[in-house]
Amino acid sequence: MCLIGANGAGKTTCAKAVLGLIEISEGSIERAPSLEVGYVPQKLPFSPSLPLTVRRLMTLTGRFDDNVIDEALKSVGLDRLGDPPVTTLSGGELQRLLLARALAHRPDLLVLDEPDQGIDIAGADRLYNLIEQIRNDLGCGILLISHDLQRAMDVGDDVCVLVPYEHDVPTEDKARIPNSSSARTSASTP
Amino acid sequence: MLDDFFTRALIAGIGLALVTGPAGCFVVWRRLAYFGETIAHSALLGVAVAILLDVNFVFGILVCACAIVLVMFYLERSDTLPADTILGLLCHSSLAVGLVALAFFPNVRLNLHGLLFGDILGVSRFDLIVVWAGGAVALGVLWWLWRPLLAATVNVDLAAVAGLRPERTHLIFGFLVAAVIAVAIKIVGVLLIVALLVVPAATVRRFSTSPERMAVAATIVGVASVVGGLYSSATFDTPSGPSIVVTALVVFVITRILRPQQA
Repeated sequence: MCLIGANGAGKTTCAKAVLGLIEISEGSIERAPSLEVGYVPQKLPFSPSLPLTVRRLMTLTGRFDDNVIDEALKSVGLDRLGDPPVTTLSGGELQRLLLARALAHRPDLLVLDEPDQGIDIAGADRLYNLIEQIRNDLGCGILLISHDLQRAMDVGDDVCVLVPYEHDVPTEDKARIPNSSSARTSASTP
Repeated sequence: MLDDFFTRALIAGIGLALVTGPAGCFVVWRRLAYFGETIAHSALLGVAVAILLDVNFVFGILVCACAIVLVMFYLERSDTLPADTILGLLCHSSLAVGLVALAFFPNVRLNLHGLLFGDILGVSRFDLIVVWAGGAVALGVLWWLWRPLLAATVNVDLAAVAGLRPERTHLIFGFLVAAVIAVAIKIVGVLLIVALLVVPAATVRRFSTSPERMAVAATIVGVASVVGGLYSSATFDTPSGPSIVVTALVVFVITRILRPQQA
């Protein structure tokens, strides 16, 4: 499933609602009780005061065996990297590392928030190939947020377009735009 | 052995440094230095509360510090003011309210100097028990909280998705810092306690390759500062609390000179 829309349409808000990170004011979210979710956030600014290496980041939210970590790093092509501090990684490497971290949890659902942000076209191509490969190998559900319609059509089985509320409401209601439940949703399949 | 005031001071200081090492690392990682200052400044109000309730100072300071943590949490979530403004408001108003409140107890002879700069040479056997028992509990909590707290420090959303409840984690750590500071006031005082949290952690950052190693290294530097500071204060007849902080500063400067670039 691919979620696209213009800036301010509520893509991230929608994903965060699905993840249970924010309360929703309307509608409902149904979730299997044992659902394991892997989340790859849009940005992850690291504080330079915190010494974190690649392998230490992998066990940030859970304890894993070394071979699980190796396997997850290998699946994103970071297995030859060694164990450098995360602050020395490039944007593309960091995104793949965050993806590997989520994969180590063996997720049923993988949520990726604009994973191609700040990555060049070649890097983004590799990343999307990787995501497709993960979907085929693991068979997990993927909720991918993108602002790129072309990529969304290539990757997504279903594409959901969020339309910002502001297009058809008077200006005084603009303050409500970030609220995803008030964003009009229309879905189309490629 | 415990009859000697210097030995008691050493044991109390080392006990404190064992906790301020790892706790101080989180203060540095989470940028909580001003938060620590605010808790420390509320100590005078805590003393007033202790006199009013007729309980031990440490207990009054702890209760007051925890109340400040709760107020801070509430304001940060319900008010649009920036965090450091909220801290500035609480820090100095609690100090002022504390001083005004203490003026209502003219019969109580208060060692204000001791509160502000610490009185490590005056620690009693009871203080030793408070420091070591409190320190053991604090370290236990920190051990139990380590993974959720570290995850929440890196990214709140990642921690929440993994079910690690970052909000609760933050609050518990706030109480933990409040407890550490309440116990430490006796030793280094209101004005210097944050140095004991921040300086060792800042010193060892360049030499650390993982959060856990940084916590251990900060503890070692903290203990060394306490021991070095107390012995130099005995040698040069200088005030003990400030001597400990000066020693920590000297260690910081030396390591910066020895290793000027980032590891």
